[in-house]
Amino acid sequence: MAYVPSADAHAHGEPQSFVTKYIWSQDHKVIAIQYSLTAIAVGIVALVLSGLMRIQLGMPETDLVDASAYYQFMTLHGMIMVVYLLTALFLGGFGNYLIPLMVGARDMVFPYVNMLSYWFYLLSVLVLMASFFVPGGPTGAGWTLYPPQAITGGTPGAGWGILTMLVSLAIFIVAATMGGLNYVTTVLQARTRGMTLMRMPLTVWGIFIASIMALLAFPALFVAAVMMILDATLGTSFFMPAIIAMGREMPHEGGSPLLFQHLFWFFGHPEVYIVALPAFGLVSDLISTHARKNIFGYHMMVWAIVAIGVLSFFVWAHHMYVSGMNLSFGFFFAISTLVIAVPTAIKVYNWILTLWQADIHLTVPMLFAMGFIVTFVVGGLTGLFLGNVVVDIPLADTYFVVAHFHMVMGVAPILVVFGALYHWFPKVTGRMMNDTLGQLHFWITFLGTYIIFFPMHYLGIMGMPRRYYAYEDYEFIPQSAHDLNTFITYAALVVGAAQVLFLFNLFWSALHGRPSGGNPWRATSLEWQTPDTPPKHGNWGEKLPEVHRWAYDYNVPGVEQDFIPQTEPQPESGHSAGEERT
Amino acid sequence: MADQMSANRPQVQNGAWRSLVDDWSSDRQAFRVSWGKAMMWIFLLSDTFVFSLLLIGYMAVRLTTPQPWPDTSEVFALTVLGHEFPLLLIAIMTFILITSSGTMAMAVNFGYARNRRLAALFMLFTAILGASFVGLQAFEWTDLIQKGVRPWENPMGAPQFGSAFFMITGFHGLHVSIGVLYLLIVARKVLRGDYDRAGSYEPVEIAGLYWHFVDLVWVFIFAFFYLL
Ligand code: HEM
Ligand SMILES: [Cu+2]
Repeated sequence: MAYVPSADAHAHGEPQSFVTKYIWSQDHKVIAIQYSLTAIAVGIVALVLSGLMRIQLGMPETDLVDASAYYQFMTLHGMIMVVYLLTALFLGGFGNYLIPLMVGARDMVFPYVNMLSYWFYLLSVLVLMASFFVPGGPTGAGWTLYPPQAITGGTPGAGWGILTMLVSLAIFIVAATMGGLNYVTTVLQARTRGMTLMRMPLTVWGIFIASIMALLAFPALFVAAVMMILDATLGTSFFMPAIIAMGREMPHEGGSPLLFQHLFWFFGHPEVYIVALPAFGLVSDLISTHARKNIFGYHMMVWAIVAIGVLSFFVWAHHMYVSGMNLSFGFFFAISTLVIAVPTAIKVYNWILTLWQADIHLTVPMLFAMGFIVTFVVGGLTGLFLGNVVVDIPLADTYFVVAHFHMVMGVAPILVVFGALYHWFPKVTGRMMNDTLGQLHFWITFLGTYIIFFPMHYLGIMGMPRRYYAYEDYEFIPQSAHDLNTFITYAALVVGAAQVLFLFNLFWSALHGRPSGGNPWRATSLEWQTPDTPPKHGNWGEKLPEVHRWAYDYNVPGVEQDFIPQTEPQPESGHSAGEERT
Repeated sequence: MADQMSANRPQVQNGAWRSLVDDWSSDRQAFRVSWGKAMMWIFLLSDTFVFSLLLIGYMAVRLTTPQPWPDTSEVFALTVLGHEFPLLLIAIMTFILITSSGTMAMAVNFGYARNRRLAALFMLFTAILGASFVGLQAFEWTDLIQKGVRPWENPMGAPQFGSAFFMITGFHGLHVSIGVLYLLIVARKVLRGDYDRAGSYEPVEIAGLYWHFVDLVWVFIFAFFYLL
């Protein structure tokens, strides 16, 4: 039988009209752009909300935000950042764009389902935004949405707000499932000739494992959301014990609020890694490309990603130390939490060893990548503190925690997002982003986030509790802390405003940037070897590429060019350095 | 498509382990199945988590609620001709669903035998059995509602009984109903000869995977609600 590339089996005709090409499109590249722009748009909403919160904390005399609004902004800020921005951008945005290109496929395996995934995502975003306009406003239950308070009268947005949030999450999960099925199946089944699993760039590995985790972790959030919707609308008592709220007995009895916490964190902890693993993958490729050196310990990096993925399903209860827990359970979860630090640390060492004596090009993507490593290490170290039950208990619910998670799962992934956008922008548009603006954007964002979040560790150790909308009336909080808060707010506003530089650069460069050519970073992986830039529908023209080596042949000794694309055949005799590793 | 999958593959296999390693380290695909089947398997894995967590959640509230759990053999008893038959209805429902798995398996077989008519006929049987399962489910819901059980209350004990029961059987019933639609759509395509033209009846088998899964889930729901 003649060779039929399996990735061609589903090739479909080129769309013609504007609508099928750019709106109702089934092309993974268009869907990726739709996902990314939507995610960036909600991200801006979340950023504005954080600015409003900071104004309230730093300049309470402005009275811009009252207690209810503070909690509502805080909840929506947290939820949007984690789920609707980072998860959607890494999986729906980068996953969609890069997986088919990096593994040499013409598209995702089921483009129609992929398209639906985006439209469900958009719907979930619209429902979420609608919650700003429903009676009572959005929910103020905190991004963890703990019941009973999430649906009892005293919490802002307890009626419509929490419902829209839960419904939006359920729709998001449907979207993420449809997308995730595509990403996983494409990686497993639709690779091109020669692309073995162990030749895939780490970007694909990170997104692949994160997608599997999403398929297994989101069900917990889905179940929790369904149960809470029933509690809130039909008056069931899954999570609701008998309570008297505001002098009235509520129509609930016998439910288990702890059950919600278990379900939520069975989703919530893996969720942290659903965001982190793609970031790890992307950053590995940024580092290797811009340091012109093969990634150190590729196999170890892959296994670390897999190990983190598996382990992160066994640590969820470390978020519940203060909810009260059997001692031996506490011990188990403390140990598993410390164990997961091992593969994570391996990854950090490998990045550093990759950079060691490398030919580092301080391009904008590289700056962001190195910014990520630094930030991640700082956040990871404070995480080790919090992973210990005894240390966690006094620090829980202080600004120490706020600082920790913003470093490790807020700022660090966002730095990768930026670096990756600067890096792959030329492939998407055929133009380079402006370098000066990019450098400026990097330094303001990187230094700015330190100025914002570093002092918060100190505030936390001093005992400043998180999730308070005002701190004026507490004697244990000295004046100096208030001054520090004002200072942090100024920094936050500057950093927030500086993102305009990025947005401007993004849109301006898309139209007027310097033409980039097909492979401006002289990178090895497949997406840079497409016949057209931006790649056309079907990605590869007539013939699928064939892969002969791993994605990290930079500066191979005895070769003239300083990189060898994955499509370059291995020399017939003699061997290259890359060969043993592939 | 199936032979295309196995073409171009080095046939070095000594033992299951070896072939597993070969599959995983080969290029192009990790499993020797089509895209559609792989995707259905992965979806079912995800859906397994949904149902498992629903059942775990149900067991958790059952353990934590302070009120007594109702005696299920009483609650689910069916009164026929003045006699109470415990678990009668549920036995019939389970029997129907398991039979439908059998007819589905036959449909898959006829599909691979390129017997268009019989394949479609057995899919139709399966769909009818599925629909009657949903009908009986509706009957049982009505029966419970008449006994005063509601999602939010239960005269025979803990209110969580009603909540969990309606939620989980409802969610499962939704799966069965979607399955019936899905089967009808595929059956129509079988009749039209779509799969003869495409050269593979695999979509019938994929629909079958979903159907068997929904059946299997029912066995667990049955055990957890009616027997425990
Ligand atoms: C300049 C950037 C940011 C600023 C100024 C900022 C500021 C804040 C503030 C003031 C709070 C409320 C703290 C409290 O009262 O307890 C908060 C909470 C939170 N932020 Fe951010 N944030 C930023 C970026 C991010 C990013 C990128 C993420 C992504 C993961 C994120 C995730 C969260 C989460 C999960 C919460 C917790 C919400 C809750 O307690 O329910 N933030 N942030
Ligand atoms: Cu965690």
